[in-house]
Amino acid sequence: MNRAALIFGLLLIVLVPLSLLAGRVWIDPATTPNAAIILMELRLPRAVLAVVIGAGLGAAGAAMQGYLRNPLADPGLFGIAPMAALGAVASFWFGALLPPVLAAWSLPAFALAGAALAMALLALIAGRTSSGAGGGIALFTLAGLMIASLAGALTALAITTAPNAFAMSQIVMWLNGALTDRSWQEVWIAAPLVTLGIITLASTARSLDALTLGEDAARSMGVDPKRLLALLVIGVGLTVGAGVAVAGIIGFVGLIVPHLVRPFTDRLPSSLILPSALAGACLVLLADSAVRILPLVTELRLGIALSLIGAPFFLWLLLRMRRGMV
Amino acid sequence: MLTAGNLSLDRAGQRVLSDVSVSLEPGTITAIVGPNGAGKSSLLLGLSGLLEPAAGEVSLDGAAMAGLSAQDKARALGYLPQSAEIAWDVAVETLVALGRLPHRDRGHEAIDRTIKALAIEEFRKRPASKLSGGERARVLLARVLAGEPNWILADEPLAALDLAHQLNLIAHLKSCAEAGQGVVIVLHDLALAMNHADRVLVLSEGKLIADGHPNDALDEEVVAQGWGVKGRWIGEDGARALVLSSV
Repeated sequence: MNRAALIFGLLLIVLVPLSLLAGRVWIDPATTPNAAIILMELRLPRAVLAVVIGAGLGAAGAAMQGYLRNPLADPGLFGIAPMAALGAVASFWFGALLPPVLAAWSLPAFALAGAALAMALLALIAGRTSSGAGGGIALFTLAGLMIASLAGALTALAITTAPNAFAMSQIVMWLNGALTDRSWQEVWIAAPLVTLGIITLASTARSLDALTLGEDAARSMGVDPKRLLALLVIGVGLTVGAGVAVAGIIGFVGLIVPHLVRPFTDRLPSSLILPSALAGACLVLLADSAVRILPLVTELRLGIALSLIGAPFFLWLLLRMRRGMV
Repeated sequence: MLTAGNLSLDRAGQRVLSDVSVSLEPGTITAIVGPNGAGKSSLLLGLSGLLEPAAGEVSLDGAAMAGLSAQDKARALGYLPQSAEIAWDVAVETLVALGRLPHRDRGHEAIDRTIKALAIEEFRKRPASKLSGGERARVLLARVLAGEPNWILADEPLAALDLAHQLNLIAHLKSCAEAGQGVVIVLHDLALAMNHADRVLVLSEGKLIADGHPNDALDEEVVAQGWGVKGRWIGEDGARALVLSSV
């Protein structure tokens, strides 16, 4: 357990109860009517889901930055989130074709299928790029970006050809991720997948450390690049795919969080993955509590809120990097 | 004993090394030299087990390299790449400790010993970004030495260094060889190879054109054949310099 894990772990312990009480209506367990039901059926699943999704995105961001050896890397670079989103959008079109028993699960199922398709595509591309000839990582990342572009184009196509205005607004709303009105059902879908994903990512820690000195040095220290890439694609696919499946697209968490954690560690990727999971949980929980408290007519979408925080942060990071401070 | 038998190597579909056979002894310094594109780095990668032979084989103490586990290879062969990449701004001691990754014991006493031996003790807490070129080269070599490999294979470890730091690093490599480790280095500077190596391998266009004691392997005929220049060695044994007269 390093210092960063301790700090963000304690912060999370403080934030969870605060987030349960915070909202359009502040809950006082002693006086608010039906406080127990509101807490157990509305706010607790929402808070747990925020923690689960944030943890997955944070861990995925730390692992991606370690793998690409670039502090500006984001789990979105692999194109998994856009593909999962495309899957989800497809469910608005084709979900009705499923038997009624499955219809309730069609959105997360389609989104997970989209993430799985992205992972399969990435595996196919990896088999052709990581031949140990060097440059494999850059080529692979560009391939991921193209998958993201393609998924984005198909999603835009689905939106512009939506059968009616209601369907269109539903799709657009959903794409800007949120945790509004989520229940334990979503928790049961996401939690096991994200947990498995974080464990997979944590298992790459030592290999990511070796990559600090470049690909050849890492291989000379016993790192198998193909195995590392496979574990990474699985880990990012599970954490990000499960997140998109239950909450839509929530960007910037994976990019920001490792930067919050890094100053408290020795800066090796292995020291970042678990603390970034905890810090990611804190960030999403905090942002989701904030959008509930903000006095707006309709609740601000979480995905939009995090982009509003994330984009300026990214800009600030770029300027700092120019001055060689990262 | 690190041996290449009729070794041929391909990179990106191109033959970069053809039919090279050498057998290297531990406890000595072997320099690999040759003009640009001769296949020096490829031979080093092949000897490190990082590049699969297209033909022939590499073996370590009689065992085929292909049959060794990644971890056994990583423990026996310490490879120092030419690139001085350090992706994250880690402290010097953290970086040196990475050398223990193949052994999975990050707190090993070899880390402290190496830090002392290479005289980087005074800046062991300093972040990598605050190192000078010479310090950086020493720290990266220390990472390899901390793994206590039987073989040290370094690709142009002296390239970015000034004269004093070059001699300093060579002295460290010599003491490694004296302690029984095998040292194989790719060098650009023929005088360094002439004066400090026990054995020199000269490559040209992917072929081994000379192999032996520096005085023989780097004689004026070989220099003319390999580099296309007319040169003359001057000075005493151990302090020779190559004077070029024409191209």
